[in-house]
Amino acid sequence: MRIFIRSGHIIDPSQGIDGIGDILIDNGKIKEIHIRSQEQTANIIEELQTDRIIDAKGLMVISGLVDMHVHLREPGFEYKETISTGTMAAIKGGFTTVCCMPNTFPVNDNASVTEFIKRKASQEGHCTVLPIGAITKGQKGEELAEIGTMRNEGCIAFSDDGNPVMNSLIMRRALEYSKAFNVPVISHCEDLTLSEGGMMNEGLMSVTLGLKGIPVEAEQIMIFRDILLSELTGGRLHIAHVSTEGSVNLIRSAKERGVIFTAETCPHYFSITEDAVKGYDTNAKVNPPLRTGRDIDAIKEGLRDGTIDVIVTDHAPHHRDEKLREFDMAPFGISGLETALSLSLRLVEEGILTMNQLVEKMSLNPARILQVNKGNLKIGSDADIVLLDQTREFKVETERFVSKGKNTPFQGWVLKGMPVLTICKGNIYE
Amino acid sequence: MLNSKDLLGIKELSLEEINLILDTAAGFKDVIGRDIKKVPALRGKTAVNLFFEPSTRTRTSFELAAKRLSTDVINFSVPTSSVVKGESLIDTALTVQALGADFIIIRHASSGVPHLLAKNLRVSVINAGDGANEHPTQALLDAFTIKEKKNKIEGLEIAIVGDITHSRVAKSNIYCLTKLGARVRLIGPPTLIPREIKEMGVEVLHNMEDGLKGVDVLMMLRIQMERQGKGFFPSTEEYSKNWCLTLERLSLAKDDSIVMHPGPMNRGIEIVSEIADGPRSVILEQVTNGIAVRMAVMYLLAGVKR
Repeated sequence: MRIFIRSGHIIDPSQGIDGIGDILIDNGKIKEIHIRSQEQTANIIEELQTDRIIDAKGLMVISGLVDMHVHLREPGFEYKETISTGTMAAIKGGFTTVCCMPNTFPVNDNASVTEFIKRKASQEGHCTVLPIGAITKGQKGEELAEIGTMRNEGCIAFSDDGNPVMNSLIMRRALEYSKAFNVPVISHCEDLTLSEGGMMNEGLMSVTLGLKGIPVEAEQIMIFRDILLSELTGGRLHIAHVSTEGSVNLIRSAKERGVIFTAETCPHYFSITEDAVKGYDTNAKVNPPLRTGRDIDAIKEGLRDGTIDVIVTDHAPHHRDEKLREFDMAPFGISGLETALSLSLRLVEEGILTMNQLVEKMSLNPARILQVNKGNLKIGSDADIVLLDQTREFKVETERFVSKGKNTPFQGWVLKGMPVLTICKGNIYE
Repeated sequence: MLNSKDLLGIKELSLEEINLILDTAAGFKDVIGRDIKKVPALRGKTAVNLFFEPSTRTRTSFELAAKRLSTDVINFSVPTSSVVKGESLIDTALTVQALGADFIIIRHASSGVPHLLAKNLRVSVINAGDGANEHPTQALLDAFTIKEKKNKIEGLEIAIVGDITHSRVAKSNIYCLTKLGARVRLIGPPTLIPREIKEMGVEVLHNMEDGLKGVDVLMMLRIQMERQGKGFFPSTEEYSKNWCLTLERLSLAKDDSIVMHPGPMNRGIEIVSEIADGPRSVILEQVTNGIAVRMAVMYLLAGVKR
């Protein structure tokens, strides 16, 4: 099948493309890409034998987004989300590649679980699914999992996710051992002894609500430890969901010192503060917790100056019943795939990022970190493309989410800019 | 008139609402002092005590308050309920509502549970203590007692002593007393007073000898034994040495100061018996006043337009 996307504003930082042009897709791959004037386009179409012409006039045409931090919940928690529903939510949100965290049941800590996820994804998935394997067996932080075997089966990174490796020696070994397979180790930075029992950011708001707080230091202590361990070992460290001003400062100064590692944040950490928890809204219960206005400013600055490389969703769908309960019993997490791009576009609107930089943070940079040929519109690459209407407004309505997880603190928000059409490996979703 | 169908906390109340409750309680105090202690004010209403934490005095006080208003009361205690069979909190509360309750009086170890119920139910929800958040009727009865003894609250120097971090009583009292114009100081070990609490308009002190000087009201909090061994303080003995209210320390306060305690007391740990049973103690009057204040709360909530 040949698809021709014409007259869109193509942005591809991997090739330095930023202009009106056309893309020809053939058999699921990008066949041609041209930047040219409108008059020229019309002539070209005459000559092309295409099955479908998509008029992208007035739209942005970018590479499909790559989300290196999602929870698809399958196997084991299919009542929260499945590979099928999660990847459909991804497509709707403009993501054509997602990396799923290993905290399933059973945990993705061995090649047979990895194989199951890959097979399920190829049968029922709507976008590319790249599994993240556990660093340690059972995410227990005690014994290394079979990182090499899982790598061969398709795991592209390793993380113990929300059960961070507290034992510094094991973390050192993980960063060392993973070098043999050249895979990143993703660290959810949280000193569990310091955050114990915490449910939200520690501060006046947590005191006011009578909820146990998580100090910013719980995140920062572990970020500092992991930066030091990555220096010691030369392993490939990637820091998950940065949420505090102090974390941004630690990462910036380490990068200035020449330490090589990467870091991500999520839209909720630059969009809303701990105020969202007021009234005990469990949809605003997320780990790391929502912080303050100062932290938001610092994260935006970190994104702007390149301290933070990637924007991920940390898509964490939960069942309604799990969130409709006592605040301290409700699970952490926000269903993020269907709002992430629109929330991130606010950074472009505010002048913090250029459109090019946004595409880097949400597509090119994660692909580079994961060393996969995604996040670009180069000839021969998979035709993973998003058409984006920067002006279209919509209201966030959870009943219209395709994800099973309706848990979002952004319900009712009016956002500007949304993907209007997603092409994944040549399949068109509109 | 109260503005909400629920009493969730003092922080949600205006000064006018607090004064209305205190004034109404004064009327009910007369009632419960009579030979015939009952009025028909809320006959035909039903109140359910939904207690997910052990409690004797608060539950009994609410039960008596309801009965004095001629309201039927059901006590829903956790071990005999469906909760042990795994029923969710919301389902339990919806069931209680469907049974015909007009008031749900809720106590729960999780902060925010009354708010969750208030949002999802039509009935009036009264917070009888939620986690480390609030215990509004305790603060109201404390304010009522102070007012009764001192004829005013504005301008008084009030010390709250003990574990502030885990105390919903302290939180509700801070809101209530500062709204009423008192000057509140908190005294206790730094591990048991949150750093940010100063922003609520209170003074923080760690030393009893400094803290008790010139105080009009001393409010002693219960030290929960389960805090021992969690790193908040090394031992109850050491806690007592530093923060127990002794006769010597009490002499630093004003001569006409009063001593309060929400109960249950650990005699010899946070307060010595000579003071608890002494002339400055108003501890048992607090208990009596609790009924009048809770009657006022139920009576006023019943009058809120839906």
